[in-house]
Amino acid sequence: MFTDRPTMKELVEAVREFLETKISPAVDKHTAFHTRVAINVLKIVEREIELGPGLEAQEHERLCRLLNHEGTLNELTKELCHKLRDGNIDNKDPAFADHLKKTAMGRLSIDNPKYSAYRKALETASS
Amino acid sequence: MAAPAEKFSEELTEIASRHFGRPVKIEGLHRLSGGAVAESWWFDAVIDDKRHELILRLARSSQSSPLYPSKETEAKIQLVTIENGVPVPKVYFILDEEDGIGRGYVMQRIAGETIPRKILRDDEYAQAREQMARQCGEILYRIHSVDTNILPKLAALKNSQQLEQLQSGYNAFGENHPMFDFAFHWLKERMPEDPTPCLVHSDFRNGNLIVGPEGIRAILDWEMAHMGDPMEDLGWISVNSWRFGNIDKPVGGFGEREDLFAGYEAAGGSVDPERVHYWEVFGTLKWGFICLIQAFTHLSGTVRSVELAAIGRRVSETELDLIDLLI
Repeated sequence: MFTDRPTMKELVEAVREFLETKISPAVDKHTAFHTRVAINVLKIVEREIELGPGLEAQEHERLCRLLNHEGTLNELTKELCHKLRDGNIDNKDPAFADHLKKTAMGRLSIDNPKYSAYRKALETASS
Repeated sequence: MAAPAEKFSEELTEIASRHFGRPVKIEGLHRLSGGAVAESWWFDAVIDDKRHELILRLARSSQSSPLYPSKETEAKIQLVTIENGVPVPKVYFILDEEDGIGRGYVMQRIAGETIPRKILRDDEYAQAREQMARQCGEILYRIHSVDTNILPKLAALKNSQQLEQLQSGYNAFGENHPMFDFAFHWLKERMPEDPTPCLVHSDFRNGNLIVGPEGIRAILDWEMAHMGDPMEDLGWISVNSWRFGNIDKPVGGFGEREDLFAGYEAAGGSVDPERVHYWEVFGTLKWGFICLIQAFTHLSGTVRSVELAAIGRRVSETELDLIDLLI
């Protein structure tokens, strides 16, 4: 990723702020609803720019260990899905549960960190 | 925005006048926000100096899905369920081809709150919240006990068919969501026998209820209704997405399962908690799949919409919910 400023994240941030401060107050109720949705989408993009690469690397590493071989993230995820669908994985294996939990938590830290189950899981982990 | 709304108001004046058989004056027509696929329009119809508070439910596209009833069928279900004591808006007329604006119907506008977060948080609904889980149980049994002979033709879905439909739909997207695959396997292993099929609302949840300070006033959105296992509805209303943040109140974010079950049984039904759990897992997976459908409705170009695209990123919520339910 280029580091010249404004960075990709800073550009997305600028568009989001424009929507928040200039567009939202100026449009009708129906368009304001979609503007709110658009603002939330840009917040997802901002979080993914920041957190995505690290989470992706960790997920990839876990999958290689879990499935015991190398491959692209997409190939390994597909393989895991097939094994799960056919019941060909020991779901009592803590490494398996750990992978699924971490993967879902990672996704939510980007998609919606306000989600109730995500917040509850964080509280449970820290107590 | 003003010009198309004005033109639509003229169109609707003509349509309503034809259906009511008298001159109709349309006032205050505007589109309500929300509703990713179907549109809802708010308006008053003045007929012979009498004001009727109405809603138009409209699907612009004429394409029908095998999963869901058409808007006409939806209207007919409302006409039948109201007779069995289900609180639903009265249907005034159903659009036909001559109307030329799509499929839809005009129904009574019932005053009250539908926004889940307000229902769950505003003081005004504190008393309603106390009773709503039990009321949901009672209303659900009235839906499930509708005489099936007088219903319009609906898809009759066996439990195995429902799961297969979901699985083939998911497979067709070619997306990889490990928790979805895990849930498919879990559900297949525990699929309950098919009961005698009855009318299932299939989208009975917080968000489709009109609520007043005294409790539930009406049930909306019959667009996923079908014949099937009654416990599906009891599981669906417990899906975490419909608790809107109140994760510790399993029924719609406002109540307890015990009260839902007690209301259902007091009305004459019988509850199978294990089956309800199966359907809560199924419902969580189904909502995740619907998020994918919405995203691909955008991605395929059928309807380009930032709202549909955004819903695609709600899949991860359901994956975490499935973990909480199954691991």
